[in-house]
Amino acid sequence: MSEEATVNVQVDGTWIQVPKGTRMIEACKQAAAEVPHYCYHPKLTSPGNCRMCLVEMGMPPRPAPGEEPELDKDGHAKIGWMPRPVIACANTVAEGMGIRTDSPLTRECREGVMEFLLINHPLDCPICDQAGECTLQEYSVEHGKGESRFLENKVKKPKSVEIGPRIRLDDERCVLCSRCVRFTREVVDDDVLGFVDRGSHNVLTVHPDRPLANNYSLNTVDICPVGALTSEDFRFQMRVWFMRETESICTGCARGCNTLIGSREGKIYRQTPRENNDVNSAWMCDEGRLGFHYLNSDARLTEPLVKDGAGHRPIDWPEAIRRAAEGLAKYRGGGLAVVASGRMTNEELYLARTLAETLGAAAVDIVKREGEGDGYLVHADKNPNTAGARAVLKLRSPGSKLKAIKKGIEDGSIKALLVLGENLLKAGFEEGTLKNLKFLVSSHLLANPTAKLSHVVLPGAGFAEKRGSMVNATGRLQRLNKAVEPPGDAREDWETLQDLNRAVDGLDGVGEIADVFAEMAERVSAFKGMSLSKIGGGGVHLIDTDERVPLLEREAERVREGLIVG
Amino acid sequence: MAAPKYIKGKEPHKRERRLIFRNVDREGWDPSIATYIADGGYKQLEKAIKMEPGAITEEVKASGLRGRGGAGFPTGVKWGFIPPNNTKPVYLICNCDESEPGTFKDRYIVHQDPHQLIEGMVISCYAVGAKVAYIYIREEFPEGAKILEEAIEEARAKKFLGEDVLGSGFGCEIYVHRGAGAYICGEETGLIESLEGKRPYPRIKPPYFPAALGLYMCPTIVNNVESLCHVKHIIEMGGEEYSKIGTPRNTGTRILCVSGDVNRPGYYEVEVGKVTMGELIDDFCGGVKKGRELKAVIPGGSSAKVLRADEEYTVKAGDGEKTIGIRDIPMDFDTMAACGSMAGSGGVIVMDDSRDMAWVLNNINAFYAHESCGQCTPCREGSLWMKKITDRMLAGGGVPSDVKTLGSVADNIAGRTICAFGEACAWPTQSFVAKFPEEFKKHTSRKNAGKPLSGEAKLAAEGLAGS
Repeated sequence: MSEEATVNVQVDGTWIQVPKGTRMIEACKQAAAEVPHYCYHPKLTSPGNCRMCLVEMGMPPRPAPGEEPELDKDGHAKIGWMPRPVIACANTVAEGMGIRTDSPLTRECREGVMEFLLINHPLDCPICDQAGECTLQEYSVEHGKGESRFLENKVKKPKSVEIGPRIRLDDERCVLCSRCVRFTREVVDDDVLGFVDRGSHNVLTVHPDRPLANNYSLNTVDICPVGALTSEDFRFQMRVWFMRETESICTGCARGCNTLIGSREGKIYRQTPRENNDVNSAWMCDEGRLGFHYLNSDARLTEPLVKDGAGHRPIDWPEAIRRAAEGLAKYRGGGLAVVASGRMTNEELYLARTLAETLGAAAVDIVKREGEGDGYLVHADKNPNTAGARAVLKLRSPGSKLKAIKKGIEDGSIKALLVLGENLLKAGFEEGTLKNLKFLVSSHLLANPTAKLSHVVLPGAGFAEKRGSMVNATGRLQRLNKAVEPPGDAREDWETLQDLNRAVDGLDGVGEIADVFAEMAERVSAFKGMSLSKIGGGGVHLIDTDERVPLLEREAERVREGLIVG
Repeated sequence: MAAPKYIKGKEPHKRERRLIFRNVDREGWDPSIATYIADGGYKQLEKAIKMEPGAITEEVKASGLRGRGGAGFPTGVKWGFIPPNNTKPVYLICNCDESEPGTFKDRYIVHQDPHQLIEGMVISCYAVGAKVAYIYIREEFPEGAKILEEAIEEARAKKFLGEDVLGSGFGCEIYVHRGAGAYICGEETGLIESLEGKRPYPRIKPPYFPAALGLYMCPTIVNNVESLCHVKHIIEMGGEEYSKIGTPRNTGTRILCVSGDVNRPGYYEVEVGKVTMGELIDDFCGGVKKGRELKAVIPGGSSAKVLRADEEYTVKAGDGEKTIGIRDIPMDFDTMAACGSMAGSGGVIVMDDSRDMAWVLNNINAFYAHESCGQCTPCREGSLWMKKITDRMLAGGGVPSDVKTLGSVADNIAGRTICAFGEACAWPTQSFVAKFPEEFKKHTSRKNAGKPLSGEAKLAAEGLAGS
C-alpha cells in the first residue's frame, strides 16, 4: 500500500482526499465528522461489535460497458447509496466512496444501538466513577432517544467483582465492547479476560486462576468506555469533573510516559497516560501511574530545618539559604562535593552544576538507580533523567564518582557535601562516613536518614509540584508541569538552587525557570537552540540514542499489517 | 442399477426424486463402506480424481447448484472466490451444525449414508485444492460423529482418503470436530472461530471472507452437508445434465423437511421448483389435520419470514407478473424470495388455525434469545427484549404499544449486525407482527385479565394503562 496514494471520499456532501487504506471512521474524523463508537480503538484490532459507528455508505455504480459514469456537479461519479449501513471502524475507504454520518438512516442506527445498550444498563450514573467521562452518557445525550420503551426486568449481572488487585468490574455497566479483552491479549500478552455465557447474559470475566494483575492492568480502566472497569485506587475518590488536568510525564523510570495528572484543591487523585506515539503510545504501567501517592505522604518535609543539638528545628528560607551557602562556601576549592539526582530536572541539574562550578567542587555525580525493564514500556533505568544528567553534568558514567566522594569524606579531603534528593544511606554510604563531614546540606521530599544527619535540610517539590524538563531514555526532551503546589513552605528545587547560587556568587541570577533553561541552552550544547516553551506537549527529540521502545516497535508492525490504525 | 427398495412404511412419495436421500430408509442398507461400494460408491471419486481440479469446479458451476445450508449461494461461484495467486493451504469445512429449527436433513445423510458425504467431500477437496477438511458436527449429534469417525477410518483403509487418494498423488484428510451446542456455530465464520478453539463470535465481512481469510486466516470453503453430497451427483451426471433437474436457476433436488400441523411430517426430496407449497402440504404430507385450516407456513427454517395462508403473492411469470396464493408457490429459491421469504434450509413449518401466532413467535423468540452469541449489540440486546415482550404478552400483561415496539426492535436489529443471525432473529418478529397484527393486538387488550400476570407484567400494564 503506497503511502502517497490518495482517494477521493465524500463525507456528508464534502469531498476530501485521504490516503488509500484509511479507515472510514478516520476519514470522517479528518472531515470533522466524528463518528461515535465504543469498541473501536485505534491501537487495537477492530471487531466491529458495538455497531455504534454504523454509517450510510455509497459507491459509484459500475457503468455498463461503453457507458461513461454519471457525474455530479463537482465532477465526481455519482454515488449509489447502499440500503444497508456499514461499520465505519473496520472498513476502509475506496475511490469515489460516499459516507453519510448524519443521514436519517445513520441517526436511526445510532438511536437503536443506544437504546439497546441502555435497556439492561443499571443507569447508576450518580454512583458511577465514570460519570462525566462516560461515552454511554455522552452518546446518550447526542444520539439517544431520551426516553425508554423498556418495560421488562433488566438482566442481572455480577456487581463489584474483583478481577485483579487493582481493578474492580461491574458487569451490569459493561457494554461488551471487548476493548479490555483485546488490550490484555494484543498489547500486553496477558490473555486473562474474556466473555462467558450467551446473548444478553454475556458477561466479561477473568480467568479463574489468573487475575488481571499485570503491570498494565489499569490501562483497561482508561479504555473502558463506560464504568464497568474501575480502579481500586481511584474509585469513589473524586468526581472527574471537579478535577483539573495537567499534562506532565511520569518520572518512575527513564521511559518518561506522557501523563495527565488529575488534581483538585492541591491534591492529586489520579494519573492517566496521555498519547504520545514516540514515547508510550497510549499506555503506561500501573507502577508508574500509582507512583504519586508519596506526594501526599505524612513524611513530607514542609519547612527548612537546621540541626540544633541532637534534633532539628525549623527556620525560615532566607536563614536556611544563608546557612547552607556559608557552610558550603567555607570549603570552596576542592573541599566539597555535590551528589545530585537523576530524578532532578535539567534546570535543577544545571543550577547544581553552576553552584558546583562556583564553589569549585571536587566532584559532582548522581546516584544510579538500576532495576529491570519489562520489554514493553518499563525501563531498567529507574532515574527519569539520566540522559539529561549526562548532558548537563557532563557525566560519562553516571554514579561512577560516588566511590571517590565516599573515599574523600573518609580520608577527610571532602569536608562538605551537598546532597540533592538522594538518601545516601541507600546509595552505598554509611552513617559513619557522613558523620565525618564537617558540613552536610541536603534537600529532600521525605524525611529520611540522610536528612537526619544534615546540618541544613531544604524541603523540595515532587515531580507534580514543579515545572522543568527531562530527557528520557530515547533522548526525548519532555516537560513536567505543575499540577499542585508543594506542601507547606516546601518550594520548587530550582528556586532553592538559584538562591544558593546567588548567595555564593553574589550575582543577581536569572529569575524565571525559562531563563534558567535559556542559559543552560547557551552553555550545554545538547540543548542548543531549545527553549522551555519550544518543548510542547509531546516533547522534542534532543539526543540521538540507539534505544528502541519494544512496545512501539510491535505497534508499528501491527500498523504495517493493517491490523490497527495506530 | 436397480431401483432401491425402501423399508415398509418409509417409502418415498411417488413424486419424490431421491438423489441425496437415495439410500435413506433403504431396505438392507447400512452405513458401512462395503454396502456403499457394492452400490457403486466411490466410483465418482475415481472419475473425479482423473479430472483437472478446475474442471470439477466448472462442472459444479455449470450445474447451477446453490448452497443448501440456508443462503442459497451458488456453490461453484463460492469455490471460485479462492484468490488465484493463493500460496496458503486451503481448507474445506463441511458445515454439519444443522441447528435451524425445522431442519432435519443432514442428520439422515450422516447417520445412514456417511460415505456419500465423504465421497462428496474428497471430490470437493480435490477441486478446491484442500488437503485438510473438517466436518464440524453439532454436539447434539454424538451418534453421527461416531458414525463419521468410523466411516472416515473405513475410507482411509480403502485409500479413498489419506496421503495418496486412489494412487493419484493427491492427499486428503478429513477430521470430525464436535461443537459444543451453539446455533451460532452454523454461521460459517463463527464455525471457523470455534474450530480454531475460540468463542464462536462471527467475524466481520469484510475483511474476513472465508474464501480468502478463513480458518487460520487461510482460504476456506464452508459448505453444507447436502451441498457437498450433490457434488458427487454432479460428477456422476455432469454439470449440464444435473442442471436439467429442477428449474432454471433453481437446479437439482433438495430435501424439504416438513414439520408442524400436517398429517405426514417428514423429509421429502424433490426437484427444486417442481413442487408447489400446496402439493407439498396436501399431497406429500397429507394435508393439515382434519377439521383444521392452513393458517401459515414458515418455508425455510424458523428464521424465514412467515407466509400467511390467505395472502396473495406477486411473482414473475414469463415477462410479466402474476398473483398467486400460498399453495401455488413453487418450492424454489427465487420464488420464495419474491414472496418475501426464503427457501433457506428447507425446513417447512406448517401451522393450522389452532395456533396462536403470538405463542408461535414467542417460541421462536425464545430460541433466538437463547442462541444469540452476544457479540454485537443489536442482536444481543434485541433478541432477548423481543422474547421478553412476547413472554409478557402471553402472560396477559401486553400493552397496546407492544406491537409497535416489537416491530421496531426487530427493525433495529435486521441489517445492523455482524452476521446474518440479526436477520434470523428479526425476520420472524417483523413478519409475524406485520402479517398477524390482529393476533398480537388480542394480547394487548386487558380483556385477557383472566390470565395470571407476573408482577413485572402487572407493573408494565398499570404503568401504561392510560396510554
